[in-house]
Amino acid sequence: MDYSIKIGGEAGQGIQTIGDTLAKVFSRFGYHVFTHQDYESRVRGGHNFYQIRIADHLVMTSREKIDIIVALDLDSITLHEKEVSPRGIILYDSSLIGQVPMSGEQAVARLDMPLLELATKHGNKIMVNTVATGAVLGIFRLDLQILAQILETTFQKKGREVVESNIQAALSGYNHVIAHCKTCVFPLEPETSAAKQTMMLMSGIDAIGLGALSSGCKFYAAYPMTPSTGIMNYLAGKEKEFGIVVEQAEDEIAAINMALGASFAGVRSMTGTAGGGFALMVEGLSLAGMTETPLVIALGQRAAPATGLPTRTEQGDLLFAIHSAHGEFPRIVFAPGTPEQAFSLTNKAFDLAEKYQVPVFLIFDQYIADTLWTYKTFDVNPVVWNDYRLRGEEFARLNTYKRHAFTETGVSPLGVPGEARHVVVTDSDEHDEEGHIIEDAETRNKMVQKRLMRKLPLIRCEIKEPLYYGGSNPRIVIAGWGSTYGVMKEAVDFLSKKESIGLLHFSELYPFPSPSPLTQNYFSTLKNAQFTICIENNATGQFARLMRAETGFEFHEKIHKYDGRPFLLEELAGEINARIGRL
Amino acid sequence: MPVLEDYKGQPPAWCPGCGNYSILKAFKETVVELGIEPYQFTIVSGIGQASKFPHYLKCNTFNGLHGRTLPVATGIRLANHEMLVFAVAGDGDCYGEGGNHLMHAMRRNINVNLFVHDNQIYGLTKGQPSPTSLEGMVTKNHPFGVFSEQLNPMALAVALDCSFVARGFAGEIEHLKELMKSAILHKGFSLLDILQPCVTFNKINTYEWYKKRVYKIEPEYSPDDRINAFTRALEWGDRIPLGVIYRNKRQILEERIPVIRDMPLVKQKFDASKIEDTLRDFS
Ligand SMILES: Cc1ncc(C[n+]2csc(CCOP(=O)(O)OP(=O)(O)O)c2C)c(N)n1
Ligand SMILES: [Mg+2]
Repeated sequence: MDYSIKIGGEAGQGIQTIGDTLAKVFSRFGYHVFTHQDYESRVRGGHNFYQIRIADHLVMTSREKIDIIVALDLDSITLHEKEVSPRGIILYDSSLIGQVPMSGEQAVARLDMPLLELATKHGNKIMVNTVATGAVLGIFRLDLQILAQILETTFQKKGREVVESNIQAALSGYNHVIAHCKTCVFPLEPETSAAKQTMMLMSGIDAIGLGALSSGCKFYAAYPMTPSTGIMNYLAGKEKEFGIVVEQAEDEIAAINMALGASFAGVRSMTGTAGGGFALMVEGLSLAGMTETPLVIALGQRAAPATGLPTRTEQGDLLFAIHSAHGEFPRIVFAPGTPEQAFSLTNKAFDLAEKYQVPVFLIFDQYIADTLWTYKTFDVNPVVWNDYRLRGEEFARLNTYKRHAFTETGVSPLGVPGEARHVVVTDSDEHDEEGHIIEDAETRNKMVQKRLMRKLPLIRCEIKEPLYYGGSNPRIVIAGWGSTYGVMKEAVDFLSKKESIGLLHFSELYPFPSPSPLTQNYFSTLKNAQFTICIENNATGQFARLMRAETGFEFHEKIHKYDGRPFLLEELAGEINARIGRL
Repeated sequence: MPVLEDYKGQPPAWCPGCGNYSILKAFKETVVELGIEPYQFTIVSGIGQASKFPHYLKCNTFNGLHGRTLPVATGIRLANHEMLVFAVAGDGDCYGEGGNHLMHAMRRNINVNLFVHDNQIYGLTKGQPSPTSLEGMVTKNHPFGVFSEQLNPMALAVALDCSFVARGFAGEIEHLKELMKSAILHKGFSLLDILQPCVTFNKINTYEWYKKRVYKIEPEYSPDDRINAFTRALEWGDRIPLGVIYRNKRQILEERIPVIRDMPLVKQKFDASKIEDTLRDFS
């Protein structure tokens, strides 16, 4: 069982509400769900869609073929009709979107149903969304009880009457489908419902927020920018319960400097932005490096330079993150491929930022930020939490204190100002052990050795090998990083029926896991493969370049996509197949 | 009680005769007289001659980037509002590079004391005009003189309802100390603009130039009237007022954020046990 639903419409029509609601219903019934969103940078109008995949097995990418289209605008039909599977159907209301032209070569089943009329009958035309949601559930013959619970929580505040009319509206959509479309039946695996455990629905962006929360993040400063804004929203919602301060800064320069101020003052801090905002933060990144102030930066990639395609996806800022900022200093770069990884890498980011007093990046993108994944359980317990700061008694007990003292590890004691009689001094100028400005070559050299050379090998040891998925000694290895994990993994599942193929997925990217006793496994897998393909959601193959620079290894082939959209399963599997075919 | 010796810092790298020495002296005496210990306050400074200030005394110091004192100071206060926080910057640093932050720090009303060493010139970079340079001032990179109108930081601050607005003069140390004390004791964002002769690069606004023009605001003046204050703030030229020009009792940001009203963030322990419950949001 593996169905895909696409809800299309204009911005402001509420397709996200329908999508989110359906995702919730199916996940509460115990089905695996995966969703992704495609939207324009506008508040009203245009054409957006929300795609949901429902299955009885783990799914982590969207597919090309659609089984049900819910069309709230004409574009949803004209643009997407060709994607409809042979068993598929399009639901629409001609009184809303007008007459629909005849379909192309192949006739696609359509159901013109009175969404608007049913909504109006139950009280209000804005309930069109609820009617449509009920209609989709009707196709699956899925009990409305869970939808009723969701409507209850959503509309509780608006009163009993609103809840009731919404439930009735959903029921009318449900019944209409059953009465008027005999062929609209998509069977669900019977044993799945009820018996199965309710699933949790988690997006990439929420997982980063949750990760920050679980790591004791106390301060978040940012300037709104898609696709990072969700982190600010999530943490702001937890301010009271967890004692967090979220500050909307006047610009990204202020945001990173505020986060550094709070970190200097003794709390775990984070900032988040997209590529353009990060460009403004770059001097602050260098300041974090120089003053050895712990900082976590969530960098959400969107497509293209400048403002680009503001709401779309790309993996275009990897080398920017790695090479940004003037001067030389250590940094760490992670790029999660799943919400689970987003959670655990956020935790690791906070830990390492403080342990080594360096800036740590979490690179993500619009795609992973917005996708929803289902989990039976989500393990928040094995969270690393060490307080590396010097506070209270422990700090007061010291006879002398030097913020940037030379030590064997290069890591100097991180005192919290005000907690002892010692003063904490740091400087963006090159400084001595105490933190005061210097010019002499000897201190400069010693500081570079402390701040950079001694820390680097230790940081390297913290970096995990890439994840390998597939059989042993694969003939073909595909590789990628960050958000493409799901689609690459499913492509391997798809192709491994005929091929000996494996996947290397990199989420801990910098310092690069270069061949070493710790990481030699992955490297031999790569070297022993007959054919290797690097897959990236960008035009220039930034990861492949990094791999070559760090290891000398060159991939045989590359697959790139840079239209601002994510890879879909069949599309990627087809591309890989084509490359193999040319062997 | 601290004594002056407790504040001994690095040997200053300022030019002989620089107005910054008097500001440093006034500052040290102020904190000694108020009984504030070095570990009890933090100075955030930017980049410029003025911004080397915290190294020349002893205190918690975050000497950050050019123009970025106020965001760092804001972050420190939000994390620990029991810490007394100063931002020390030059006129170029604060009114030029960091102008946007100044506007928003005033709006937020974060309880930070901003002391601007206003020498009407870029000192460290060797004599370019600053936003407060006089119109027409000729410099190496402005052979036809400065075309832009001089920024009036006092008028700007009153217009933005800044909580405490004052002007001091490096040539009037005792008076300056009084202003520093008032700024520290005032609850709210304080801007103290300090006229500071630059003996090397600013040959117009010299000690003599300032002495001829400055006057202390008369004791009967009430800084609580904003319209009056605006009139006073606009005074510049033949007569330049020194003293507290404006103040108000706006609530500070730190007191408005419910989460830190009772206890500074830095003292709040992280409670990991509640995390499990938040998973409910996702089902
Ligand atoms: C981002 C950035 N731009 C430019 C500079 C160079 N710079 C250093 S100090 C300064 C101006 C100094 O003038 P001011 O702030 O008035 O301080 P003063 O030296 O006069 O005390 C400039 C332009 C810098 N350090 N950083
Ligand atoms: Mg200056």
